[in-house]
Amino acid sequence: MSTIDLGMPTSGIAGVPLLAHGEQQTKRDFTSDQEVRWCPGCGDYIILNAVQSFLPELGLRRENIVFISGIGCSSRFPYYLDTYGMHSIHGRAPAIATGLATSRPDLSVWVVTGDGDALSIGGNHLIHALRRNVNLKILLFNNKIYGLTKGQYSPTSEVGAVTKSTPFGSVDQPFNPISLALGAEASFVARTIDSDRKHLTDVLRAAAQHRGSALVEIYQNCPIFNDGAFDVLKDAQESVARVLRLVDGEPVRAGEGDDARVVIRTDAGELELVPEPGADPARVVVHDASAPNPAAAFAMSRFDGPDMTTVPMGIFRNVARPTYDDGVRAQVAAASPDGPATDDELLALLHGGDTWSVTG
Amino acid sequence: MSNLKQINSVVVRFAGDSGDGMQLTGDRFTSDSAVLGIDLSTLPNFPAEIRAPQGTLPGVSSFQLHFADHSALTPGDAPDVLVAMNPAALKANLGDLPRGSTIIVNSDEFTKRNLSKVGYPTSPLDDDSLEAWQVHAVPLTSITVEALADFDLGRKDKERAKNMFTLGLLSWMYTRPLDGTYAFLRTKFAKQPDILEANLTALRAGHAYGETTEAFSVQYAVAPAPMEPGTYRNITGNVATAYGLATAAHRAKLPLVLGSYPITPASDLLHNLSRLKHFGVTTIQAEDEIAAVGSALGASFGGAIGVTTTSGPGLALKSETIGLAVALELPLVVIDVQRGGPSTGLPTKTEQADLLQAMFGRNGESPVAVIAANSPADCFEAAVDAVRIATTYRTPVILLTDGYLANGSQPWRLPASIDELPDLSVEFASEPNATDAKGNPVFHPYVRDAETLARAWAVPGTPGLEHRVGGIEKADGTGEISYDPANHDHMVRTRQAKIDGIVVPDLAVDDPSGDAKLLVLGWGSTYGPIAAGVRLARATGARVARAHLRNLAPLPANLGDVLRSYDRVLLPEMNLGQLALLLRGKYLVDIRSHTAVRGLPFTAVEIATAIDEHLDKLDGLVGDQEGTA
Ligand code: SF4
Repeated sequence: MSTIDLGMPTSGIAGVPLLAHGEQQTKRDFTSDQEVRWCPGCGDYIILNAVQSFLPELGLRRENIVFISGIGCSSRFPYYLDTYGMHSIHGRAPAIATGLATSRPDLSVWVVTGDGDALSIGGNHLIHALRRNVNLKILLFNNKIYGLTKGQYSPTSEVGAVTKSTPFGSVDQPFNPISLALGAEASFVARTIDSDRKHLTDVLRAAAQHRGSALVEIYQNCPIFNDGAFDVLKDAQESVARVLRLVDGEPVRAGEGDDARVVIRTDAGELELVPEPGADPARVVVHDASAPNPAAAFAMSRFDGPDMTTVPMGIFRNVARPTYDDGVRAQVAAASPDGPATDDELLALLHGGDTWSVTG
Repeated sequence: MSNLKQINSVVVRFAGDSGDGMQLTGDRFTSDSAVLGIDLSTLPNFPAEIRAPQGTLPGVSSFQLHFADHSALTPGDAPDVLVAMNPAALKANLGDLPRGSTIIVNSDEFTKRNLSKVGYPTSPLDDDSLEAWQVHAVPLTSITVEALADFDLGRKDKERAKNMFTLGLLSWMYTRPLDGTYAFLRTKFAKQPDILEANLTALRAGHAYGETTEAFSVQYAVAPAPMEPGTYRNITGNVATAYGLATAAHRAKLPLVLGSYPITPASDLLHNLSRLKHFGVTTIQAEDEIAAVGSALGASFGGAIGVTTTSGPGLALKSETIGLAVALELPLVVIDVQRGGPSTGLPTKTEQADLLQAMFGRNGESPVAVIAANSPADCFEAAVDAVRIATTYRTPVILLTDGYLANGSQPWRLPASIDELPDLSVEFASEPNATDAKGNPVFHPYVRDAETLARAWAVPGTPGLEHRVGGIEKADGTGEISYDPANHDHMVRTRQAKIDGIVVPDLAVDDPSGDAKLLVLGWGSTYGPIAAGVRLARATGARVARAHLRNLAPLPANLGDVLRSYDRVLLPEMNLGQLALLLRGKYLVDIRSHTAVRGLPFTAVEIATAIDEHLDKLDGLVGDQEGTA
């Protein structure tokens, strides 16, 4: 086996046309004329706002951005963005986006999905998009409930969740979306939350720049069917102690000052959260999203639990690896060094094999 | 020494263990016949298992070839010659063999063990059970090994060349040149000179064996069939379909993106297209059937020709996405190589039972265009046509072929130049097509072409035309989400009207007598068997008309008139009467079905018999009426 350097692009937006020099876009340019129809107080509003505000900074031509969604509350997202968009069918957005991204390197393709859409009905497409590393930015709005169908438990609802379809409590083991994505060979995996605009935008920025599939889990509050699911992460005091901040080059830390705790690696190689004062500096885990081995990122993802006593937030993994769409296009390009086939070449293909002539 | 007999047609069936190379032998014999200008039609028949246990009945694979000095039309009702490489092949095929026909068996394989595997208590070669046939028991394996005595190869490798020995023998019997096979072997074994030489030697030895063995005293020749002038090649339906798709993309000057998931008997479409990258073809082997059609639709949204290929079970899985494509009004080509169903059914056998699934197998009123290819070679044109309709009308098109067309082959008259083929150029929207309330130019994605009712195809990357589409009902024109009852009613009818308005040629009727009272109507792959059956019936004086449908949605505009102008319409289908059900409902004509679902095409005799029966009944009716008048 030898690897060939195909000179593949390294940025997520390489190949996507930029605005002309001096041209500028604002949030307004990305706001469609459609009335937004989520419930009042829905976390989706904040995310939409953040995305509309963030997109101009990419400097891409608006017509070269496409949002594709599945079905669910979050999947109405494309209607509200004045880019190209498709509101598709339940769970299939990553598959549809794969076809688009593979055939159009000049587009920045985003998938908007939810916990039911991505992890239940569309689980297969999600893991395969991640494993292939198609250049897609997948925003997974996780509200741990089915909203659009009015409140059934989802694949991220905790065991015991009492919902419309589980009046006696759910007995289903939930997915940890981060662990799942890492297990599916994802090259970029991050978690953020609707209420932290700055963090959300930072993560989106990194995702956009990443070449390949980027999975961004966004904790999103559904005030109607699962209100307050993430309150402990939003409360200024509670969150400080619970959120494990993933910042490259820094120890993974929760809390501040004397109450700060850091993640260390034990003798058994496991990760453990201990008070920072007195922690063995040699054992303190310094976050490195670009570590080739996903084991550390996976271990970090396991800090997450149903009671949310510790929740890592930030970019778990961000590594460069060849993307499916670049690879597919490279093969097509290599097969056609002189551009598209000519009529004669096509005729030669049809006339290939054993032929014979019949004369009149 | 030998004596050469001229014959009009012959049907040869090669049968052996899956590992015996019978498909290859059949393929080569076909090519060597085709280059002589002899018309032919082939039918491979293989088990669903890749290698069932050796020497057993389930492991038998066969290849039937009909060649004729006239239009062959079908692979032939029954073999004139059976080549049976082992007892299982003999046992599995004997029932199809008319008395008096020829059997060539590999006597080496008639060992006690092999005989008992298939339940022969004693060797049929030693008793009188094969008395009704002309049997040539030839120790094919041992003669081949002997012919290769000087080769430094293992016994297994030598034995493997027995199929080439057999091919040599048949080539002698039917005066076939060996040059094509020489060239083929030279390419195939370019990197294994020993194996190449062994195969060439075995091939020559088989030929020489025919020449020198008294048992094979007669050689047969079939003259070239009259065919339209032109250049021909032999082609299977799956190759023709793949080439048709690539050609259509070339004529549309658009990239073609195939999203596919492996499934018998459609996988060869994926294989063939994956080799055509040079022609702007991208293939995506998706994680499942749903993703396959999804990626094709995503590519269509981006301005490519999105294609997905599958068989019945896969079509079932794709139905929701095809419905989305109906709502999005984007081009999408879906190819269903039908096989026996329901469920897994008969993966390697043919059937036409997906018709209603193609027509209606989606939620809601969800009309699509449906085309059915008539013959292996016709798959080329049918594929081109599917792309034309999909791009012109921005609609999903389902192209139905089947296992028989996919793997069967026939001579194909090649286009002499690419210009002969339709120009499929497409125009993408590039300008706003409406004005908003304030009079500003805007783009409305569901503004339609007045003639085709196709909506504008505006692809991402086009400035100023940013828009959103989706599966929720949309207001005609603006494309905005609309739950308005009147709009939904209008959109449902408009989508149907768009399909109904697709321009398709009128149905042509073949009625040499000019006064036939019975019409035999067919669709799809029954073309050859029906034409052959009608030819048989006419040869005995029957006055019968024949017509064949290629467009099933929409149906030709003159179909109702055609159906009503005959006293009786007979419709043979390889299902339980699906098209008959549709036509009865739509035209209120009392269509008579003739159905069979054996996983094999109809035979000509079967069709001719059905024709005779219906003609008898018609005569009876006339008689009754006269009697009571
Ligand atoms: S149901 Fe919940 S998630 Fe859906 S729009 Fe309302 S608040 Fe948002």
